Amino acid sequence: MSTVYFTKDHEYISVDGDIGTIGITDHAQQALGDVVFVELPKAGATLARGKEAAVVESVKAASDVYAAASGEVVAVNTALEGAPGMINEDAQGRGWFFKVKLADKAELANLMDAAAYEAFLKTLD
Amino acid sequence: MPESKVLQNTPLHALHLRLGARMVPFAGYDMPVHYRDGILKEHLHTRAAAGLFDVSHMGQALLSGRHALMRLEALVPGDLQRLKPGQMRYTQLLNAEAGILDDLMVTRLSSADEPEDRMFLVVNAANKAADFAHITAQLPELDLLVMRDRALLALQGPAAAEVMAALFPASATMPFLSMRRETLDGAPVYFSRCGYTGEDGFEISLVSDAAAGFAEALLAHPKVAAIGLGARDSLRLEAGLCLHGHDITPQTTPLEAHLGWSISRRRMEGGGFPGDAVLQAQHAQGPRRLRVGIRPEGRAPVREGAIIADGAGREIGIVTSGGFSPSLNAPIAMGYVASAHAAAGTAIQLALRGQMVPAQVVGLPFVPTRYFRSPS
Repeated sequence: MSTVYFTKDHEYISVDGDIGTIGITDHAQQALGDVVFVELPKAGATLARGKEAAVVESVKAASDVYAAASGEVVAVNTALEGAPGMINEDAQGRGWFFKVKLADKAELANLMDAAAYEAFLKTLD
Repeated sequence: MPESKVLQNTPLHALHLRLGARMVPFAGYDMPVHYRDGILKEHLHTRAAAGLFDVSHMGQALLSGRHALMRLEALVPGDLQRLKPGQMRYTQLLNAEAGILDDLMVTRLSSADEPEDRMFLVVNAANKAADFAHITAQLPELDLLVMRDRALLALQGPAAAEVMAALFPASATMPFLSMRRETLDGAPVYFSRCGYTGEDGFEISLVSDAAAGFAEALLAHPKVAAIGLGARDSLRLEAGLCLHGHDITPQTTPLEAHLGWSISRRRMEGGGFPGDAVLQAQHAQGPRRLRVGIRPEGRAPVREGAIIADGAGREIGIVTSGGFSPSLNAPIAMGYVASAHAAAGTAIQLALRGQMVPAQVVGLPFVPTRYFRSPS
């Protein structure tokens, strides 16, 4: 059973045991528009919470994706490199970016759950 | 977030909202960046069929007076005196250093037997107030009538002619860069065969009240879709066309920008426009830098502002427009490089997020243009 948490920068982290799967939310992909490129972290890299972890580019602009939690990258979704449109089609499913082995699960307490994220989105416009 | 400036709406604003547009502020207007299909699909639709663009934010004006064609030549290097009635030309308003204040389209409306020349001008939205103030200050003897109550639509793409001919049959035989005056519900409509996508197409200037109805008549055609400013930018980049404020600025000259084709021999040699000596010197010696097309390797778009370096890593220029080409499914860019590096095929590097991306200088446009050629 996985639990999904959200950041104010519109990343999600889906946590299963000590593995977190990170990507951008459906709201984020809609706001970006057609994604044409992603730059993913390397497997084995150590990420610090809140630091740049990946880049996602639409036709119009580039955006940073931040690490929702600290940890070591244990898998990257290399399928996105050839088919970045998957992020638009299924941001919170097949469009995941990378997985980290969580360094400190206590960090998750700083994130929003689904209900809090939905409420947060309502405050945006 | 505090929004100190009130955005203006074009006459198609309600239609954009109804079509599900995502609206963004652009040049003081609330404009559609894309509709429900998104930029990629809108871009490819324009290349395959026909796209309808609202460009009512652009500046439209009538300029008239005795010898007005000749007099406007004092501000631009374009050859206006040789314009035939109904013919249009691309040119640039220059400063004393031959820097580009704005680029514009000038159409001659008057016939040869009229005592005064009349012209129709279309200028960039972001510069329109400054352009019109400049023209009025420099040419006080002419009458500049700014057309605030007019919309401007663009219909672009390989199916544009077929769609337009269904409404105005006479449009079918219009040459590229020509204008026709038609009447719609008693009001004059100006059809120009031109555009900003590299495709065949038209720009239609009409009174604001008639704009939404006309747009909906075009959208009713199965080959026409509404296209936002996002695709307008990616389409013009593929066509190698300049965007003022980015690829051309008051700090770049028409020759550096590779726009020498828009200056006739008579104007180049005769001068009589701001910065003429600067351009003549650049014409004789070659500009020190040139605008070029760039194909980065890989898939990462390289954006405006990226530093361009030669093979050895020495800085030689800067990217002025960059993005992703939906037609080529690859990143493309334009920028200025020192002239020694401007030949097509030259290997260069682009700075991207702390790394150097290999790239190549290429000829423009990136995608072949398909402007209308009259059967002769």
